[in-house]
Amino acid sequence: MDGPCLPGDGLVIRMESPTATDYRCAVARVVDPEIPVLTIDDLGILRSVEADGDHVVVTITPTYSGCPAMRQIEDDIAAALAREGSASHEVRITHTPAWTTDWISEEGRRKLAEFGIAPPTGASEVLCPRCQADHPRMVARFGSTACKALMVCSSCGEPFDYFKQF
Amino acid sequence: MSEVIPSTPQGMPVVAMEPRLRLIVSHADDNMVLAQRLGEWISNAPDLEIDIALGNIALDHLGVARALYTHAGALEGQGQREDEFAMRRTEREFLNLLLVEQPNGDFASTIVRQYLFDVYQRLLWGELATGSDDEVLAGIAAKAAKEAAYHHEFSSSWMLRLGDGTEESHARTQRAIDSLWRFTAELSEPYGEAWQRDVDVVFAEAGLRVPDDPYQRSGGREGYHTEHLGFLLAEMQWMDRAYPGMAW
Repeated sequence: MDGPCLPGDGLVIRMESPTATDYRCAVARVVDPEIPVLTIDDLGILRSVEADGDHVVVTITPTYSGCPAMRQIEDDIAAALAREGSASHEVRITHTPAWTTDWISEEGRRKLAEFGIAPPTGASEVLCPRCQADHPRMVARFGSTACKALMVCSSCGEPFDYFKQF
Repeated sequence: MSEVIPSTPQGMPVVAMEPRLRLIVSHADDNMVLAQRLGEWISNAPDLEIDIALGNIALDHLGVARALYTHAGALEGQGQREDEFAMRRTEREFLNLLLVEQPNGDFASTIVRQYLFDVYQRLLWGELATGSDDEVLAGIAAKAAKEAAYHHEFSSSWMLRLGDGTEESHARTQRAIDSLWRFTAELSEPYGEAWQRDVDVVFAEAGLRVPDDPYQRSGGREGYHTEHLGFLLAEMQWMDRAYPGMAW
């Protein structure tokens, strides 16, 4: 998304009517319910926000076909738009083009690592988010959510989630 | 024969589905039925990691099914939603492959079923992702192709561990192959050699063999199913049928 968005606290007090940018920023601040350090903008699933007066159309793309968080994200987008002053909205889900982990922003990757989740890099280059050691061992290909695998650091022994490159 | 094929409560009768729609619904049905089967493992798998893996794979299949049903409803243009496709059609109207409706059996049996299907789905989605002129279908396929490749890594690695593992694991895996092989013509037929090549490599490495018995059953794509599908649908659909239009 282009244009700067300031961090929001959910409370909007404003004299003028909200602009398209206000709506876009409000939606861009919605977080992923399963990885709450990432916004849907960081994750790259927010494709567009179009405002026509106070009617807003948001388009998102699921990460995985069966991502169970999509419904929650739709609800959170609705709430964010309502707080911003939108009278009506529509959330469209598009599968084309398919989401890839390449769409996760640099900022998103940094936040993931800070949160203790190794960002997607290709399995041979994964670093332990705690001690930065390389060559962790994969314990399970399928982790706590569809997008993650479970690893163990071969140096410090810490188990950690790896956001699979996809 | 058309008199035995009931029409859907809403939308056109299945027998009259145009080919493109029928294709999308068939693939949706494969994924829906297998998701339901895999879901039966949740809290029953041999260990926690496998439980989570099978649950995750089920979720991927369910997601593909939902996206395809929704797309089919949009193409049909009669307001039919995903739930109506999944919950309001009868056994004769489901167009899934016979393999995916087969019961879970033991873990070896589930892995053999998954592996044979994963080989098929990798080829299928790879083809549709690049070769379909339907943009929505191509997008769903592009995502599903990556997921199928990941499922294939899981199931083929388990084929090797089980086939080349203990005497017990080998015997159970071979028994599962012997029992499920008769449903594979439906999978191998569209992809001929490519499907067979993958299977030959994995079977050879795992010390498993293709059964000698050439007998094959097919008919899933025409809605002729084994006795197992009706029970599966009864469990899957009863709540929606008992309480039509219910919501959480």
